[in-house]
Amino acid sequence: MSAVHAAAKGHAHGADLTEAGGHGHAESQRIVVAYGFWIFLISDIIMFAAFFATYAVLTDSTAGGPSGKDLFGIGNVALETAFLLTSSLTCGLAGIGAQARNQKLFYISMAITFVLGAAFLVLELREFAEMIEAGAGPSRSGFLSAFFALIGCHGFHVTAGLLWLLTMMAQVYAKGFRDDILRRMLCFSLFWHTLDIIWVALFSLVYLVGVAQ
Amino acid sequence: MSTNGGESTLAVHGMEQGDTAPGDERVVAHAEYAQGIKGYAIGFVLAVGLTCVSFYMARSSLVWAPSIPIALSVLAMAQMGVHLVFFLHITTGPDNVNNVLALAFGVLIVMLLVFGSLWIMTHLNHMAMPMDQMMKMQR
Repeated sequence: MSAVHAAAKGHAHGADLTEAGGHGHAESQRIVVAYGFWIFLISDIIMFAAFFATYAVLTDSTAGGPSGKDLFGIGNVALETAFLLTSSLTCGLAGIGAQARNQKLFYISMAITFVLGAAFLVLELREFAEMIEAGAGPSRSGFLSAFFALIGCHGFHVTAGLLWLLTMMAQVYAKGFRDDILRRMLCFSLFWHTLDIIWVALFSLVYLVGVAQ
Repeated sequence: MSTNGGESTLAVHGMEQGDTAPGDERVVAHAEYAQGIKGYAIGFVLAVGLTCVSFYMARSSLVWAPSIPIALSVLAMAQMGVHLVFFLHITTGPDNVNNVLALAFGVLIVMLLVFGSLWIMTHLNHMAMPMDQMMKMQR
């Protein structure tokens, strides 16, 4: 176990390392868990970068079909962004509620986060449905294949995040604010904030640049 | 015991622990969370401001058109920075070195992936024969 601590700490403070196992076990485990999850999130970001690179390469490969300028509705994207950004704030408040063991703040913030995330997803699916109906589905051109893959991948992450959110609410309800539940909550809020960071890249570089061109 | 225990955890958290978990904001004692909410509120306001500038920029005619994609990229990076600092609590503090190093490595790979792909593929497009000529040769 001390090897794990040593690996997680990474600092060269020798005295620190020997003392790490002695006290504050819950805190150091919290650091190990969250750091591991952070590494996962960074690899997730790298995966998104691969999808994004594909999209960037294929932006002009419209095969005579519609381009981003013809398809993207700025109003819809603005609304999606507003929902996701606000849900990031409420997710942060839920994290504070969990840390402070404030049930009311936790449940209300989580519920608002869920509603905003679900609203985001509805708007995105509606956009997809409209595009497919207009004959601009993923099979239309290289540009649209890359677009649906990239945005769909983010939407899939949001869906997974919503399921995780409900699981966290159920776990807090059933088990209370235990240390292990709080660690999971920390990982969840890291995940949700990271989805918002990825969305920042998507709305700026996919939608806004697509419309501006 | 309860308030005392809370304070001693806070002390361990603040003073003796050498590292911070990513996303951790050290809200332990009950009175502390006003501070945490304030941090999120500042981050939210900054993020909303940057988002509004981005959306305005995309449609305005005040900016020289070819510079818009670059301006949008810069704004997006600024907003990602705001998110990292205020929402994910990734800071430049000495207790955050591990988190920042992992992130820096991730950013390096992302840049290599995106700019490397774009660089290679634009060159490939430059060198490639136009499609209509290609078609003629295949006949």
